[in-house]
Amino acid sequence: MLEIRWHGRGGQGAVTAAEILATSAIKEGKYAQAFAAFGPERRGAPVQAFTRISDKEILTRCQIYEPDIIVVLDKNLCTMEGVGDGLKDGGAVVLNTDGKAEDYLYVFKKAGKVATVDATEIALKELGTPITNTAILGALVRVTGIVSLETLEEIIKQRFRQHAEKNISAVRRAFQETALLETGERR
Amino acid sequence: MVRRIGISGNYAVAYAVKMADVDMIAAYPITPQTTIVEKLSEFVANGELDASYMNVESEHSAISACVGASLTGARVFTATSSQGLALMHEILFMASALRTPIVMANVNRALSAPLNIWNDHSDAMAQRDAGWIQLWVRSAQEAFDATVESFKIAEETRLPVMVNMDGFIVSHMYEPVELPDEEEIRKFIPSRPLENRVSTKRAHAVGVVGPPEYYYEMKYQAIDAIEESRPKIKEIDNDFNSRFGKSYSEIDTYGIEEADAALILMGSIFGSAKEVANALRRDGKNVGVISLRVFRPFPVQELRRAIEGIRAVGVVDRATSPGGSGNPLYNEVATALYDMPERPVIQGFVAGLGGRDIREDDFRLMYDATQKAAREGAGRCIYVGLRE
Repeated sequence: MLEIRWHGRGGQGAVTAAEILATSAIKEGKYAQAFAAFGPERRGAPVQAFTRISDKEILTRCQIYEPDIIVVLDKNLCTMEGVGDGLKDGGAVVLNTDGKAEDYLYVFKKAGKVATVDATEIALKELGTPITNTAILGALVRVTGIVSLETLEEIIKQRFRQHAEKNISAVRRAFQETALLETGERR
Repeated sequence: MVRRIGISGNYAVAYAVKMADVDMIAAYPITPQTTIVEKLSEFVANGELDASYMNVESEHSAISACVGASLTGARVFTATSSQGLALMHEILFMASALRTPIVMANVNRALSAPLNIWNDHSDAMAQRDAGWIQLWVRSAQEAFDATVESFKIAEETRLPVMVNMDGFIVSHMYEPVELPDEEEIRKFIPSRPLENRVSTKRAHAVGVVGPPEYYYEMKYQAIDAIEESRPKIKEIDNDFNSRFGKSYSEIDTYGIEEADAALILMGSIFGSAKEVANALRRDGKNVGVISLRVFRPFPVQELRRAIEGIRAVGVVDRATSPGGSGNPLYNEVATALYDMPERPVIQGFVAGLGGRDIREDDFRLMYDATQKAAREGAGRCIYVGLRE
């Protein structure tokens, strides 16, 4: 079973991204859950969401405390307490930043892989708004291959309807532009 | 053909209500229920569901409108949570006593104060004695299936049914749900007007005064009806199973055959409790778990049969009864088992109030304490995860 924790800000679409990923995995015949740590929702406030994916039926409904993958939709969240907490040894990080992966290793000390992509720039260009969730999904699929790009795009089409095309462009660009740092930390 | 898709528990309920071809929906939005009625209003607006969608100014009005519509023979639905259910309180008793087959989704959420939108069971437990059938689901799939079954249960028993689903943990979790064809669902619950209903052609008064000479007997009819619903619930589930290949008993058990200690609980924590029981059993601890799907009518005989041979049970309450001899589920279980010649020791727990996550370690603690109770007797109620 793969456990993913998403960090974003209200309005960036972290919860939607968690749901799109789970829905894509279910579409591919797997079992999945997506859920959020719901609080009073406010634009700009830190938000956490979670996705579990497994080949077998998932029994647990506890929250996720030791994720295999951490996805961060806003680089400034890295300076906040708790963003790197619980990452499994050798786990993966997918980060929206215009900077270098090396600069964030102090937050994700046990990470085996750190993928970076400038999702904000991609979102601004492709969508005209800094909603980074679909771009970061492209990066996540690139470095983990959890679901196929085709399935992801199909689910985005269903979910976003008239906005689907722009979002699919964002996914594809992020997929191409993601940089990967392998730290040598093992699982 | 069955479609397997990823949706939330709330959407699963909305799909079930749409497929049930309801005639009338009256609801007032409240977190975490809101996305059920949002989706339903979308179905109505798109013309996918031919129903009257009534916007009301409060939950009190929502349930009142449902009672009125149900008296005309319409198939009606409402959904609420927490404060909304509390505001419906007085009308809930009328709905059962007037024998209106309303189906309600109650997305369980804590009661204020302090204000809290997260999950526990205090809303539904406070309506325990309202005369409604109460089902408790554990997943989005069950939410769909139970909602479909509820329309048939309600109409065949002439009692209102409350489908309880844990707020956020089920209502907002996206997970796989298998949806049958709408046509098949409509064959299972064909719309047919109930006889003896109010209409423009056949006017009569309902809800009139029941003086001491009559009240008692009329009340007893509703009490008798919920007792008589036991075989009906089973029968309807058998029919559901033969059509859709899914069966739900009043109680579900896991690993209790050789267990010396078992947890008894309701709602979405069943899965996590099974997961932890599995791990403990690998370490040689004989623990199991019993989950109630039906709370009203309380499955006394089924529970008594299930706990045979078990030395201690731990009852997990996600609600409290301050100042009581025990908490709601504990009290039910204790009463159900009291006059058995050999009954297990009963340890009480409270956990997960106001959305506090019940973690794997919390389950371990509860299994351990229940096993300890088997050896040394039960102690006072344990408030799991409470900070000192």
